[in-house]
Amino acid sequence: MLDTDIVVLGGGPGGYPAAFAAADFGMDVTLVDDGIKPGGVCLHRGCIPSKALLHAARLINETKESSEWGITFPAPTIDVDRLRAWKQSVVEQLTGGIEGLCKSRNVNLIRARGRFVDSHSLELRSADGERQRLNFKTAVIASGSSPVIPGPLRVDDPRVVDSTGALELETIPDRLLVIGGGYIGLEMGTVYAALGTKVTVVEMTAGLLPGADRDLVRPLKQRLDSQFEAILLKTKVEKLVPGDNGITVELSGENAPESATFDRVLIAVGRFPNSGDLGLENTKVEVDERGFIKVDDKRRTSESHLLAIGDVAGEPMLAHKATYEAKIAIGALAGEPVAFDPYAIPAVVFTDPELAWCGLTETEAKAEGRKVDTFRFPWAASGRAHTLGRTEGITKLIADPDSQRVLGMGVVGTGAGELIAEGVLAIEMGALLRDVADTIHAHPTMSESIMESAEGLLGHATHVFRKKR
Amino acid sequence: MSIEFRLPELGENITEAEVAEVLVKEGDQIEVDQAAMELETEKAVVELPCPHAGIVTKVHVAEGDTIKVGAIILTIDDSATAPAKTVSAEETSDDSTATAVAQAETPAVEPKRPAATAAVNSAPSTTSQQPAEPAREMAPKLDEQDDGPPPPAGPATRQMARRLGVDLRLVSGTGRSGRITQEDVEAHVRDRLSTTDSGGGIRTAPALPDFTQFGPVERRRLSKLNRTAADQLSTSWQVIPHVTQHELANITELETVRKRFMQTVGKGGPKVTVTAIVLKTCAQLLSEMPHVNSSLDAEAGELVLKQYYHIGVAVDTEHGLVVPVIRDADEKSILDIAEELTELAELARDRKLKLEQMQGATFTITNLGGIGGTSFTPIVNYPEVAILGLSRASRQPVLVDGELQERLMMPLSLSYDHRVINGADAARFVVRLSALLAQPFGLLANV
Repeated sequence: MLDTDIVVLGGGPGGYPAAFAAADFGMDVTLVDDGIKPGGVCLHRGCIPSKALLHAARLINETKESSEWGITFPAPTIDVDRLRAWKQSVVEQLTGGIEGLCKSRNVNLIRARGRFVDSHSLELRSADGERQRLNFKTAVIASGSSPVIPGPLRVDDPRVVDSTGALELETIPDRLLVIGGGYIGLEMGTVYAALGTKVTVVEMTAGLLPGADRDLVRPLKQRLDSQFEAILLKTKVEKLVPGDNGITVELSGENAPESATFDRVLIAVGRFPNSGDLGLENTKVEVDERGFIKVDDKRRTSESHLLAIGDVAGEPMLAHKATYEAKIAIGALAGEPVAFDPYAIPAVVFTDPELAWCGLTETEAKAEGRKVDTFRFPWAASGRAHTLGRTEGITKLIADPDSQRVLGMGVVGTGAGELIAEGVLAIEMGALLRDVADTIHAHPTMSESIMESAEGLLGHATHVFRKKR
Repeated sequence: MSIEFRLPELGENITEAEVAEVLVKEGDQIEVDQAAMELETEKAVVELPCPHAGIVTKVHVAEGDTIKVGAIILTIDDSATAPAKTVSAEETSDDSTATAVAQAETPAVEPKRPAATAAVNSAPSTTSQQPAEPAREMAPKLDEQDDGPPPPAGPATRQMARRLGVDLRLVSGTGRSGRITQEDVEAHVRDRLSTTDSGGGIRTAPALPDFTQFGPVERRRLSKLNRTAADQLSTSWQVIPHVTQHELANITELETVRKRFMQTVGKGGPKVTVTAIVLKTCAQLLSEMPHVNSSLDAEAGELVLKQYYHIGVAVDTEHGLVVPVIRDADEKSILDIAEELTELAELARDRKLKLEQMQGATFTITNLGGIGGTSFTPIVNYPEVAILGLSRASRQPVLVDGELQERLMMPLSLSYDHRVINGADAARFVVRLSALLAQPFGLLANV
């Protein structure tokens, strides 16, 4: 039987920052994580490995494009094992680092799965089957989320995988079906397409990346159209039939063939919160109809000494939201006047071109019936974009017509993920268009496109002569 | 063994006190219930008895300090005596978390304030609910905004506002492009606090001019008692729509009878004053008109009808006005009341009134007859709904059946909360009171 003041259940991008913050506050904290090393899905089979592979994919694609500039590469030799090993070494480097930080910060790290026995104790089950009790005063639940596998697609065949399986890069299949046109499906599709796979994407709705504004998706889709074998919108997968030749897939949709066969199928239709197997029924913690743990603005559940953060606590299911919540939760425990009140949360899709947005989107503004001003700056008007040979991008700002406050930003283009940070800061600081327009942005960089979007909304973008919408 | 004597709970809504005088010093032997110091709270100056006996090893406070409930006052070594009984104060605060949390929320917890400052306090009122209730407000959606974008304040400023309990929507920003800076938040808080002290509230009193341009001035610091009274009066005045109903009560016979009675009582006996008689009569009237003995819960839309009759009597002391309370006036005889009044008045003047003796009033009487004046408009003591003012009785010629007679007429001035009591009822109250006072036997029979 063990005792601790604070237990953090789950060591991902919500859990480990929470444990570290607690330790920094001088609290007695135990981190329970069921991975070989902490880091959660993000480090082991999510954000990190996917970005490593996407970087490789980007390189491969650039070597094809550079022939336009007089630099021609022969087709690369891809050593999958070596690529896999490199990706793995990146993961190990980072997860080892987290483990090291646990030690140096005096966080008691326990490798186990935890379940609540009651509101003050967990039963810990380690990989070898050993069980022990952990009594605690406070718990921070950061158990994350898992891929959704809808019933009809639940097939017991190693060739049907979820994101974890896809990242394992067991082989470079000839034909890959990606079910789901969201960010996970498109990112993985991009990797495999670069490695030589014929990728087909099937998406139920009328467009890729359902949450994003359509104008940002367009340049990406155009590029993917040339890189993927097929993108089938408004199409549903009815059945998966494993066979010797591959997995035969039955499709339904106006533009889809009735069936097709693939070597591998990746199911990437969404994720659900890991709240079902935590023993929450032994506590007073409430969960909503989608499985998210209900929390207040300090991330406290219905029992105030039990908190929840990250994917298990609600949308958006993003690693950085989890990290932010970790700070709120531990700050609340430390008696600081914290609250979950971000003015903007960025979202990034690491395809090529990248997409990124934060704050109010045009889609949301329309749905709310809210009047906004928008200016789209085409990257064709950017010097830097030309030097990169990537002029398909767009940077846009959305502003409040009355106050001229920056309400939202959207970017599609190479490096969008880095550019969006300025938008988030502008919105958090309550910046007006003038603040952004009159801030000097380095030349020649893509960041100038943000400044020019603001200028455009004020009626005088230097490199774009157009009336604002 | 070393014992910490911490400031115990002092009474409803009282979270801190000013040290008026420290009565012990380090090295003194202190007995159980011996007064350790004099404290000035919002209500009055009280003596603080120490429940421990022993040697005072450390005095942690000094005159003029403001200390919060739970703060350590004395360290006492009781090794030479029997173990002292545990003080409930030890549980009132666990310094590390409770005070940190208390600091994180509104700094001053004072009696409910008028609508204007309620908006300022709206932010912490949700965050301060520590114990888990499923009904607690769950995180609002990100895009839920009132009208337009949220206040233009960065995360650091928002955190500061949260710490101080400031609603950023009420703060005007002086930063670039109207941004709210941390200085703006500070200025807002300063402005609110100074508004409170000057007795403003909804309306900010404009800044005072520099009086020295007109002539010499002297500044005198107001005592906590005075400052609190000022606040309380401000609240009463702003929240309660006042009307004062005047009446003249014929106390000719009453006064004759009273004087005769006092002659028989002798020196050691109770001093039966008009105040005591009026007090008992009011207790009777309050039972006949229960809504005059109530408080208004405007938020809930309910009248809190009190089933007890505690009547406060304003006593003027050299330190300021205090209002000791006669509890259960309906159960006490006029003699009891008279005796108690004398006691309380003495305690009040000696600053020895206990807090319980000043709490719980349902109605107040204020008698300025001893000093003079023809009538006045007293201010209702919130959260009561009525107050009776008595002025100096005077001999007046009155026509009775065509004949000129001399009468002793005492002015009654009943100020009341017009939201709760209407004009007709107020008139009935004073007319009935006057009628009862005019006929001593009638009074005897009814009261």
